[in-house]
This record gives sequence, structure tokens and C-alpha cells, in this order.
Amino acid sequence: MNAQLAGVLQLTALLGALALAHRPLGDHIADVHTSRRHLRVERLVYRAVGVRPDAEVGWTGYLRGVLAFSLVGIALLYLLQRLQDVLPGSLGFATIPPDQAFNTAVSFVTNTNWQSYSGEQTMGHLVQTGGLAVQHFLSAAVGMAVAVALVRGFARTSTGALGNFWVDLVRGTVRVLLPLAACAALVLVACGVIQNLSGIHHVGQFLGGTQQWNGGAVASQEAVKLLGTNGGGYFNANSAHPFENPTPFSNLFEIFLILLLPVALTRTFGRMVGSTRQGYAVLGAMGVLWVAFAGLMLLTEHHGAGPAPELAGGAMEGKETRFGVSGSALFAVATTGTSTGAVNAFHSSFTGLGGGITMVMMQLGEIAPGGVGTGLYGMLITAVIAVFLAGLMVGRTPEYLGKRLGPREIKLAACALLVTPALVLLGTAAAVALPTPPDAMLNGGAHGFSEILYAYTSAAQNNGSAFAGLSADTPWYNTTLGLAMLLGRLLPIVFALALAGSLAAQRRRPATAGTLRTGTPLFTGLLTATPLVISGLTFVPALALGPLAEGLAA
Amino acid sequence: MSTHTPAPTGTAPSAPARPRDGGALPGRATLAAAVPGAFRKLHPRTMARSPVMFVVLVGSVATTLLAAADPGDRFGWAVTAWLWLTVLFANLAEAVAEGRGRAQAESLRRTRTDTVARRLTADRAAEERVPGTALTVGDLVVCEAGDVIPGDGDVVEGVASVDESAITGESAPVIRESGGDRSAVTGGTRVLSDRIVVRITARPGETFIDRMIGLVEGAARQKTPNEVALTILLASLTVVFLLAVVTLRPFALFAGAGAQATPLVLTALLVCLIPTTIGALLSAIGIAGMDRLVRRNVLAVSGRAVEAAGDVSTLLLDKTGTITHGNRMAHAFLPVRGVTVAELAAAAQLSSLADETPEGRSVLRLAEDGHGLPARDLDAVPGADWIPFSATTRLSGVDVTDGGTVRRIRKGAAGSVARWVRDHGGVEPVEADRIADRVAAQGGTPLQVAVSDTEGARVLGVVHLKDTVKDGMRERFEELRRMGIRTVMITGDNPLTARVVAEEAGVDDFLAEATPEDKMALIRREQAEGRLVAMAGDGTNDAPALAQADVGVAMNTGTAAAKEAGNMVDLDSDPTKLIEIVEIGKQLLITRGALTTFSLANDVAKYFAIIPALFAATHPSLDRLNIMDLAGPQTAILAAVIFNALVIVALVPLALRGVRYRPAGADALLRRNLAVYGLGGLVVPFLGIKAVDWLLALFL
Repeated sequence: MNAQLAGVLQLTALLGALALAHRPLGDHIADVHTSRRHLRVERLVYRAVGVRPDAEVGWTGYLRGVLAFSLVGIALLYLLQRLQDVLPGSLGFATIPPDQAFNTAVSFVTNTNWQSYSGEQTMGHLVQTGGLAVQHFLSAAVGMAVAVALVRGFARTSTGALGNFWVDLVRGTVRVLLPLAACAALVLVACGVIQNLSGIHHVGQFLGGTQQWNGGAVASQEAVKLLGTNGGGYFNANSAHPFENPTPFSNLFEIFLILLLPVALTRTFGRMVGSTRQGYAVLGAMGVLWVAFAGLMLLTEHHGAGPAPELAGGAMEGKETRFGVSGSALFAVATTGTSTGAVNAFHSSFTGLGGGITMVMMQLGEIAPGGVGTGLYGMLITAVIAVFLAGLMVGRTPEYLGKRLGPREIKLAACALLVTPALVLLGTAAAVALPTPPDAMLNGGAHGFSEILYAYTSAAQNNGSAFAGLSADTPWYNTTLGLAMLLGRLLPIVFALALAGSLAAQRRRPATAGTLRTGTPLFTGLLTATPLVISGLTFVPALALGPLAEGLAA
Repeated sequence: MSTHTPAPTGTAPSAPARPRDGGALPGRATLAAAVPGAFRKLHPRTMARSPVMFVVLVGSVATTLLAAADPGDRFGWAVTAWLWLTVLFANLAEAVAEGRGRAQAESLRRTRTDTVARRLTADRAAEERVPGTALTVGDLVVCEAGDVIPGDGDVVEGVASVDESAITGESAPVIRESGGDRSAVTGGTRVLSDRIVVRITARPGETFIDRMIGLVEGAARQKTPNEVALTILLASLTVVFLLAVVTLRPFALFAGAGAQATPLVLTALLVCLIPTTIGALLSAIGIAGMDRLVRRNVLAVSGRAVEAAGDVSTLLLDKTGTITHGNRMAHAFLPVRGVTVAELAAAAQLSSLADETPEGRSVLRLAEDGHGLPARDLDAVPGADWIPFSATTRLSGVDVTDGGTVRRIRKGAAGSVARWVRDHGGVEPVEADRIADRVAAQGGTPLQVAVSDTEGARVLGVVHLKDTVKDGMRERFEELRRMGIRTVMITGDNPLTARVVAEEAGVDDFLAEATPEDKMALIRREQAEGRLVAMAGDGTNDAPALAQADVGVAMNTGTAAAKEAGNMVDLDSDPTKLIEIVEIGKQLLITRGALTTFSLANDVAKYFAIIPALFAATHPSLDRLNIMDLAGPQTAILAAVIFNALVIVALVPLALRGVRYRPAGADALLRRNLAVYGLGGLVVPFLGIKAVDWLLALFL
């Protein structure tokens, strides 16, 4: 079978599996977030934390919960790393320096999982499993909670109440992420991913010398790393490491896990607003963008120019032979389109245009289909802008799902969409303009520029993957990328929740023949074009100097 | 009517009828008059109202300084000149829009100059002459034939014919009388006959005409909610492009392209990218929207009301006068058994010849046009003794004496005719009464025709009078349905009659036997369900409903209370104009949305022009993006800047006229506007920039 056909078949199998799985899962998540029943284990948590689970709060209360929980999470993770040498389970590793500890703490709490360290050479069992893996669950659950709050803003009328953050957080973890992760971990173990608590093995190599192998609870961390669109691997090589991702099947399964929750949440959205068509219109836009870029990626990587790719039958540099061009290309588009940031190949070694695609997937705003929760709220905010423009063009004050989009709603949506471009562009500009940071670059010229642009894009969009080549473990990058991650996560959440609050307070206006219908293919088309145009106009000059200059030269 | 004409106490040049068609293209004179305004608007405080154009102004100042620092650089001066032109074109668009209003305001203003009022003293015994500007609310003033009414008010005494052409453009005089729904008079209009006493209801400077002047001049214009929201969106897009361009300088330096991506060129790029097209035309669109309304003789108190009109989803229309002609017309002759239709028609014609009421006229018309009877006049019937309609007998008819026998024919309401037949020895007209009941059940009004001759008195049959629906109403309601607007007919008729008319007119719903309270309840109910309601009204008892409705259009003939309560006044007093108002509201929003889309889509081509121009020197591969094959970096950049400025001028007529609007559903509208302004906006600049570049290369 030729490699291109394999790629198309993998893509088809993936889409088929998602089509089957998203519906029951999306319905389940909708039920979880509308049910009035509390599980016993949940009641225990509420009692322990001191939360009244039946009290609902407005958007400011909800936001206070999100912010407090995130900031406390960062502080705890920071302390765990700083005290690693005195805590048990350190495997003998030293304490983490302050700038790297800050960067890592922010990175995992913001669902970014940018790693400026090598997991197996830096972090012991306690930090990996008790700190990082815990945030794998919680940061995803926070994203899901914010998305559900925004959906409630659309679904509810004339109310200030958006729900209870603590209940949404606990339910998302207990009823959605934990059971899914457990099942996924079992499948991964069956594929050959390791799961133990053994120490470091020194193994003699065939040609002399020794190699160091770490044991660890890899399968359990791997499952939620992908399901929660986290991306922080146990090992530095991430999903390229045979202990994390041993076979082509495990590779395809991992791509499936990455896309599963963001896709299912569109169904949840449709269910909660009482029209599954609305969910499918949003999913349609996400799907068109993702499949289009996946197709482009397969094309560029299979037809990479130059003598090496022609001999290898594709751009194989930096890719694992067990996944091939197709397995790596699909993984790259999935991981950058979902704010996951796990990698199974060296993104820096993709063709110039292929590298550009990974950046564009992030620069779209992590909405195709985006991270757990973040993808949905990001796309809904994009939809607000799309509806506003289209709504004017049908001659009515724009309404989305019966809610008017007035000055306040537009202000909030526009601010939310402004945050990440500002962080990416200003961060990159500062890094190239100031004298010290460029020292860390592996390459100069257009490729070197891409490395820096990629780093700030990845951080601000909370993706976490790296273009590699950039030695980011310097105080400058640890600090500025850490800030980019923090602001890129929290500011959009502030605006999304404020938007939810102002939508929930409104009455619903009934749809008439004069109302823009948002459950149609036409609207899906508009929703596909809007992020392309907005992010295209924002990032094209920067992309021109990096991947475009490189890719068009070929 | 008295005819004496005392010396006029004020001057009221009859205002020229204002143009009613929206002449879209500003004439040369209008343009010339607007130029000084365009320069005056360069004041930073004025410019700051539009964040987009403010950025262009700052950019123009910056490039001027940069060009001055290197005076030998002709390219720098050329870019600078075109950036200033961009700002001036935007200001010109606004000035032209305002200028059109100002011409109307001038003719209005002339009507209010130097009016002298004849104020009654407190004891109403004497008159004193005071300037119109000295009047206060509650003052009583006397106006006689030839006087200009000094301020808005209600007639409290007398009846007069008034020339309101100054505000309505309509030369036929109208009657204003105390009490009832025709008591409101407007300052600046002129009494043509008789004497009235007017109680002033508006302070000087706040009269109807003052408000109208403020509105047409755009002075009183405040941004509407949608305009504010759009301004916010445009401002945030401007920030995005500002970021993209400002950070491009360090990127370019890093890439070694600092010599090409100079601050001057980057400023030009910024101006090309930010949505200048819509930023420049936004306020002109708003002013022109109000202007279109004024040209249709509708006055809105705020732009917000016009915008709300576009959002209306329920329209309340009074039946009488709006949906139907209001006067009942003969529709059919229904004879009793043994009488032919022709006999009945002939009798009805004879009995109606002396009936001057509209109903009587319509009977003649039906007999002549519908049944081919020869037209007759009163002299054509020998020996006839005409009995005109009288309110006491409620009958009209004729007694024809022919050779000693007298043939009496009568026509009237069923009860009156029955009494007349009994009085003349006839029998109870059982069958005719049954026919009459049937007509009433269908919503019609039955008239009976009876004859008394040698064969005795008997009823020949029934004339079916019907309140006819105006032509074209069905189609308009159909259009409204397509636009997503539900029409509800309001009538005092019984539900049976209401249903018949409602079905015939094709309205979606009706409210029968409606009281003012019912109307209010209906509006509140619709609003509680999230619908915006529009209605028209004229009476004092309409005032609460007009105030409650989201769009309340008061008729100019109506009471001051009604005009005060509504948020629009229709000077023509034509309630069907509600439909046009809705269309103007929609057109206003569509024009804004379409030009925003166009403006954004334009940027794609500009990138294809400017990015190769900036970076092809250092990154030769990027020359592959020069798909327009532009001559050189400088012509490419200049072409983009010039196209950007010229497109504003090219779109001024569209902004003033508004995007073509045809009533259609949302999907059809969106598809069309996306195709025209989205795709068009994508393609047009490629052609335009290429053309300008070609010209530049030719001359440079």
C-alpha cells in the first residue's frame, strides 16, 4: 500500500470513529452538567472543600472560582517542584530552579504543557504523577467548566446565575475525565505503553555504552495528556517515545483521544441550547478547517522537495519510521489544532509550509477543534463576531441563539479575540528586538524566526508544542513564555465569562424569517471563513518572514 | 368660511417642496459646498469620534514628519499626500451627507424667522404682540388667516384651514379644529382661513421644526447601539492591525529587511489594512439613513428608533384607513326571489341618485360599471321628486309620478326600510332580512331597497356594502411575512367581521372589538415574548400604546399627545408607511454590514501587493506572492494606498443611497450580500490595485 493511501485511510478511520463516539459522549456531558443529582464521592469533596453544591452564582462569582483555583494550583505546583529534593519520590532529582518552576507550574495549570525541561531527567514520581498528572485532569476540567458556563449563557434567559464552578469542575473530573482516562489507559497498556512505578534502569547498548530507561505511570498520564488536550509527556520525546506511543495503532488511537472531547463538546452545546443543529454548525466549521489543513499537511509532507524527501518518499526528517509521514502529519495537525501540544515528530523538521500549517492551526485561535472547553468557547466567541457581521447584512440587530449582540457583547468578544494575537506578536517582537534572547536559537534566518514565532504562538494559545531548535530554558523564555501562557489562558476566560453573564441576563428573542439562521451550512461556511480571515490578516506578515519565505523557496 | 385677510403678522415664505426621491449622486454644487466642511472636520476632537479615521490622521501627520525629514524622497511625499487625501475623502463623505440635510434645514429655518405671536392675556380679554421666541408652554395665542402659527400647540378654540406645506411639502390645506384628533398644529405653518386659538405645547427651540432641523443637519445625531457596537469592532480590528504592523518593524530588522520596511512604508501599510472604507463612511451612512426617512416625510426622534424599525417583528395596523379604504362600497346586488338583479340594480340606481354619501356614489358606480345601466343624472328622470339622504329617516330615494301613479323607491338601513314598508302597507320582509343577516355575517353592511307602487310596498333586495381592502395590501403583507414580520390588524369591529377582512387582506392575526387597553395588553404580550412591536396611531387614546411600542409612528394629523408619545411622526399621515420605515431601518443596517465586509475582504489583495514589495528583496521566494505582477515595490505600495483612498470616494454614492434592499428572508439576503460585498470585496482590489500600478508605472 502506498503511503498517501495509508494517510487517507487513517484519516477516514479517524473521522469514522469520532462520528460514532462524539454523540453519546456529548449527550453524557450535557446530562452531567444539567443533572441535579450529586454522587456520594462528589458530596464528600464538596464537604471537604466547604462548598454548597446547590448554590449557583453569577459570572463574577464563577470567575472568582476559576481564578482562585488556577492561582492556587500554580502556587502548589511551584512549591512541589521547588521542594522536590526534600519530598519523597524524587528519584534523586534536584530542586527545579525558580524560573523553570514558574514556567512549568503555569504551563500545566493553563493546560499548555510547554516543557522547557526533559521529564525523565528532571522530575520525579511525585511531581510527575502527583502534580503534573493531577493538573492534566484539573486544567481540562476548568476549560470544560468555562465552556459550559458560556453555553449556559446562551441557554438561559433573564438570569444572573451561570451555575456553580466547583460543581462543574468536580463533575467534569469525576464523571467525564476520570472514567474516560481509565478506559483509554487500559487500551494504551494493551498497545504496549508502560505503567509501573519502577526507577531508572541502565541498559547496556549493543555497541557498548549504556542507555537510561525510566519506568513510571506512563499509560495513565498519557491517556489524560491526550484526552485533556494537555500534551505534557512523561518523556522529553513525548509521543515519539516508544514507551508513550509504541505502534501505528496506538498513534491513531492517540490522535482520536486528542480530538474526542473537543468534538463531543459541540454536541453538548447543541443539546444544552436545545438544538443539535446549532452544535453541528459549529462542529462543521471546526471540521472543515481541521480536515482542510490535515489534507494540506499530508500533501506538503508527502511531496516535500529536495533529494532526501524524494528518496524517502516523503519528508521523513524528524519523523518516526513506525508512524511514517501520514501518522506524523495527522498527529501534528491534531495536536496543534487542539491546544494539545503533544508531538510524535520534530515540527521544526517539517517542510517549510508544513511547519507553517502547524502555526496556522494554533493562530486560528485553537478552535479547530480546540482544547477541551477552550475550543468550544473560543469558537463561540468567534461565532459572536461572525453573527454580528452577518446579522447586519440581513438588516437586523444581530442575534445569536435569540440573544442580542449589542455593544457590550461585541466589546467582550473583540477583547477575547485580541488577547492572543497581542501576546504572540508583542512577545515575538520583543524576543527578536532585544539583544539577549536570540542567542538561544539553533538556526538563523527565516527558520530561526519561525522557532521564536512558534514558541510565543504555542505559549499564548496554550498549545505547548515546540518547534524545537529553540533552547527555551533560559530565564528570558521561561518568564516571558510563562506570562504569555498565563495571560493567554486567563484573560480570554475573563471575557468569556463576562460574555456569558451578559447573555444569560437577556430575554430570548424568538426567531422569525428575518432572523439569521445559525444552524445552516451557509452559517458554517461563514464560521469557517471568519477565523481564517481574522487570523490570516493578523499573522500573514509574520508568517511571510518565517514559514512562507521558507516554504515558497522550495 | 370667512375670506377676510388681515395683514400678516409673520413672514412665511412658502417653502419649496423638498425632493422626495433619494437622488444618490451629490451634484457638483453640493460637493463644492462640502469641501470646507471636510477641512473643518480635521479637528482632532471631531476625528476622534471615529477611531479608524483618527489612526489615519495620526498616520498622515507621522508620514508628513517622516517625509519632511527626507525632503528629496518623492515617494514619501506621494504616500503622505494620499494619506491626507484618505482623511479628507472620509470627511468629505460626511460633509456631503450633512450638506444634503442642511439644504432641507435651510428651507425649514426660513419658516421660523421673526414670527410675531398674538398672545392672549391671562384673562383672555386682550391680545399682546410678543416675539415667537418669548412664548412659554401653556400660552394661548390667536392665529387668523394669513398668520404664521408661532409654535407647536393644540387648537383649543375654533376651526381653520392650515397650509402645512412648509413641513409636509404638500400644498393642499388641511383642517385643524379644537377637540378631537385633529387639534394639533405645528409652528411655522400658516393659517389660510378663519380664526383659531392655540395653546402652546412646546418651548421655543424645542418645537417640531427645531427638532427636524437638528435631525436633518445631523447635529442632534447620536450613535445608535448598533453603530456603537460596530465602532467597537472596527476599533479592535484597528488594534489588531496596529499590532501586526508595529511588530513588523522588529521582525523586518531581524530579517534584514529594515531598509524596505521603513516606518513610512509601514504607516502606509497600516492605513491600507485598517477598515478605512467603512470607518470613513460609517457616519455618512447614518446621516443618509435619517435623510432617506425625512425624504419620505417621516421624522424620527432618534436614530435608535430607525434602527429599532429594522428589528420589528410584529406590526400593529389599524384596519380602517390603513388596511381598508375605510368607507364602505357597494359590492353586490342581492335580490329577493321573484326580482331580477337588473330590476334591483335599476331601483338602487334611482334611489341613490340623490345620495351624495360615498356609499351612495358607490351604488351608482356598481350599477353602471357592474351591471351596464346607463348613467343618469337628476334631470334625466321626468316627474321625479328627489328625497336626499337624511339622518332622521336614514333613507334616500325618489318618488316618480308617471300618469297619476306614484312609484316610490327607498334605500336605507334594513330597520328603516322595514319600517317604511310597514308604513306603506307592505309585509314584513322576511327573506330580505335573511339576506341582510347573511351579508352582516360576512362582515358587510346590508342596505335594503324597497318600492311602493300599484302592487303595494315590498323589499326588492339588498345592496351588499363592503369595506374594501386597499389594492396591493395582500402582497405587502406577503412581503412582510418573508421579512419575518407578523402583521396584526386592530379593529373595533366584531370578531366575525374582523375575521372576514383579516382573511381577505391576508394579515396574520387580528384583534377585534379592540379597546385601548386591549392594544396595550397585546403590545406588552408581544414584548414579553421578546418581539419588537411597531404601530401607527393618531388619537389621544393611542398615546399610551404609541409610547409602549418600540416603534410608534404618530400621524401628523393626530393630537399633540400622540406625537409626543411616539418616536416618529409621519407628515403625510399615511399609516402604511410603517412598512417603508421598516425597510429603511433594515437597509441602514445592511449598508453598514456590507461595507464592513467589503472593507475587510479588501485587505487580502493589499497583502498580496505589499508583502512582496516589502520582503522580496531579502526573501526572493516571497516574490511568488506578487501574483498581480506589480511593477515595483514603490508603485505597489503607492497603488495600494491610492486604491484605498479612491474606493472611499467610489462608495460614497452607495453609502448615501443605501444598499439595494428587496424584501426577502434572512438566508437569501445573507447569500446575496456575501456574494456581492464579500466576494466582490475580495476580487475588486486585485483589479483596482493592478490598474493603479499600471498607470503609475506608465507615468513614473
